[in-house]
Amino acid sequence: MKIHEYQAKEILRRYGVATPRGIACFSVGEAVAAARKLGGQVWVVKAQIHAGGRGKGGGVKVAKSPDEVREWSSKILGMQLKTHQTGPQGQKVRRLLIEEGADIRKELYVGLVVDRGTQEVAVMASSEGGMDIEEVAARTPQKIHKVFVDPKTGLTDAQADDLARKIGIPDASVPKARIALGGLYRAFWETDASLAEINPLILTGSGDVIALDAKMNFDDNALYRHEDIVAMRDFDEEDPAEIEASKYGLSYISLDGNIGCLVNGAGLAMATMDTIKLFGGEPANFLDVGGGASAEKVTAAFKIMLANKKVKAILVNIFGGIMKCDTIATGVVEAARQVKLGVPLVVRMKGTNEDLGRQILKDSGLPIISADNMADAAKKVAATLKKPKAAAKPKAAGKAKPAKKAKAKVAKKAKAAKKTKAVKKAAKKPMAKAGTKPKVKSRAKAKPARKTARKAAKKKSAAKSGKGRK
Amino acid sequence: MSILVNKNTRVVTQGITGKTGMFHTQTSRAYASGQSCYVAGVNPKKAGENFEGIPIFGSVREAKEKTGVNTSVIYVPPPRAAAAIWEAVEADLDLVICITEGIPVRDMIEVRDRMRSQKRKTLLLGPNCPGAITPDEVKIGIMPGHIHRKGPVGVVSRSGTLTYEAVGQLTEIGLGQSSAVGIGGDPVNGLKHIDVLKLFNDDPATEAVIMIGEIGGSDEETAAQWAKENMKKPVVGFIAGVTAPAGKRMGHAGAIISGGKGTAAEKLAVMEECGIKVTRNPAEMGKLLKSVLR
Repeated sequence: MKIHEYQAKEILRRYGVATPRGIACFSVGEAVAAARKLGGQVWVVKAQIHAGGRGKGGGVKVAKSPDEVREWSSKILGMQLKTHQTGPQGQKVRRLLIEEGADIRKELYVGLVVDRGTQEVAVMASSEGGMDIEEVAARTPQKIHKVFVDPKTGLTDAQADDLARKIGIPDASVPKARIALGGLYRAFWETDASLAEINPLILTGSGDVIALDAKMNFDDNALYRHEDIVAMRDFDEEDPAEIEASKYGLSYISLDGNIGCLVNGAGLAMATMDTIKLFGGEPANFLDVGGGASAEKVTAAFKIMLANKKVKAILVNIFGGIMKCDTIATGVVEAARQVKLGVPLVVRMKGTNEDLGRQILKDSGLPIISADNMADAAKKVAATLKKPKAAAKPKAAGKAKPAKKAKAKVAKKAKAAKKTKAVKKAAKKPMAKAGTKPKVKSRAKAKPARKTARKAAKKKSAAKSGKGRK
Repeated sequence: MSILVNKNTRVVTQGITGKTGMFHTQTSRAYASGQSCYVAGVNPKKAGENFEGIPIFGSVREAKEKTGVNTSVIYVPPPRAAAAIWEAVEADLDLVICITEGIPVRDMIEVRDRMRSQKRKTLLLGPNCPGAITPDEVKIGIMPGHIHRKGPVGVVSRSGTLTYEAVGQLTEIGLGQSSAVGIGGDPVNGLKHIDVLKLFNDDPATEAVIMIGEIGGSDEETAAQWAKENMKKPVVGFIAGVTAPAGKRMGHAGAIISGGKGTAAEKLAVMEECGIKVTRNPAEMGKLLKSVLR
């Protein structure tokens, strides 16, 4: 899970990391009021979106009067901010952070991740702050210093001091850097973060060490024990289709192509995408239905895939192990009927009861194209798109028209349902209640805890943004 | 011969009374020598009871003392799974296989650190893995037993269903497996590709190995470098996620391209450099293996 800069700074302050004073705002009026409240002569207006590279995209501006704060805020709020991480469509700015200006003497970098090799937390620091750190790593790797932290002791003072000196912190400021680095490590560890990055960490004219920016991501599997962080989730920053999928325990990621794919297992799902590409197609999504896919889950998966208007064909690839092929086949037939499927559907099923499964598909009378193996399936699904007129499946082609309508309907419905639900819930539930601890019920091979937590977060975030827009 | 598990393995199931634990204990016990391999279960609240005749003990240590188990399989829910791993390690079992998906990374860092700093002898497979199987002998985990055949090919993979896919292809073209091992899709885990390759290298029954990886981390590269210098048997490979976009977690917690590292292209290139034949077509893993078999 990702959070905004201002939220990450809230967390860091709790751990003693110094940050500029700032106020999160949802409107231009709030932004101007915030600048007045903060006082001083210089303010920074910062777009709050989850993607990085905001400055280069024009989402961070310095204002020298409340009028300039107003000017920049009205320009930035509501803009489609494009950065190297948002993709060409950009991300709409809905929140701002108004901060006091800082006296920057040196820009540094510090980042924390879990190192898979040592199985410890790695703290990386560099004197080259403010820049794209991946570029620094590529060009001047000697300028990145790394320490690995023993989980029993945490980041020691000696490690912190050494790192601080290596990135050019003067002796007089080393104690302040020690507090910042130590606090950052504890924040990372105690909140179950998967990434924490301060870029830049600055040294001010008066020798203070301050986090001018902050980015934190969290381990989804640990959210059940961090109610406060779950409450920070901003659904506006996430793909609605991915949110919808998570409600059904489906793992879904939107991609740019036009072939929807439904697979059981993450590795097989990736391999299926790869095979589609190998045979000239472009996958529209990653979708793992997981181990225990029910008919309901498969139906939901079809609806989510088809809500994407780019999808022109679907490939189902199932290796039935514990999950039986006949169960999946029944689910596929039911789903195809429910959503009035109008795009070509290629199904490849292997494993337990595969003959039975194939028979069910055949008996359904639906224009389902059967495939023997993954390559065959990928070839067949790509073929349905290459020559739409000559496609050997007139049934599927004939159905294409009414299907378009049905698809649009599904998409609309899903969107509308999401909005009204959120608004209704926000209206009904008082804010204090919205964050009540979700009952955690989790099993091996399932993530219901995450689901419940997400629901709670949704309520709260809806309530918050509703209030903010007034 | 085989690696990690065989018909003489004695298994205790941690989480035997949960829905998942019960189901997979039933199917695993019904496979090959399962009846004699599955001898104990653990649940502190149900000590003294039994699950379909398998006695339930209050702790792993007690199960070991009473039944002589040397291997544990864990179906305990994520919040308590790391503690369950540690309990099995403290009881000095030879091998712990953790099936549970969704364990917080921090919990895994702590338990792995304790295992290392106390120099524990117990091997850990997983978490978030399908388990390990030696065909016609024993199945420990959630894989479908019936697709396997006994034979000369070792299979190691991070992904469950992709392992089944490889096994299915091998069986279809008449090649059996010595053992098939799923190491799991989490960023912090126990045995890695390199460890399993070493075991297959030393196993007389294994003549060739299929190594299946996916995006994220650099375990496949490390294993390939080792294989280049040390592996006496042919290895073929496949990496899932050539089409995966950077910065997106593809289902598995560990399957993510971050900071430009861990791409499929990079892994495939290193594997090829190290003499591992790779295919970009996952439907041809079995065929590729057959082509290198002496």
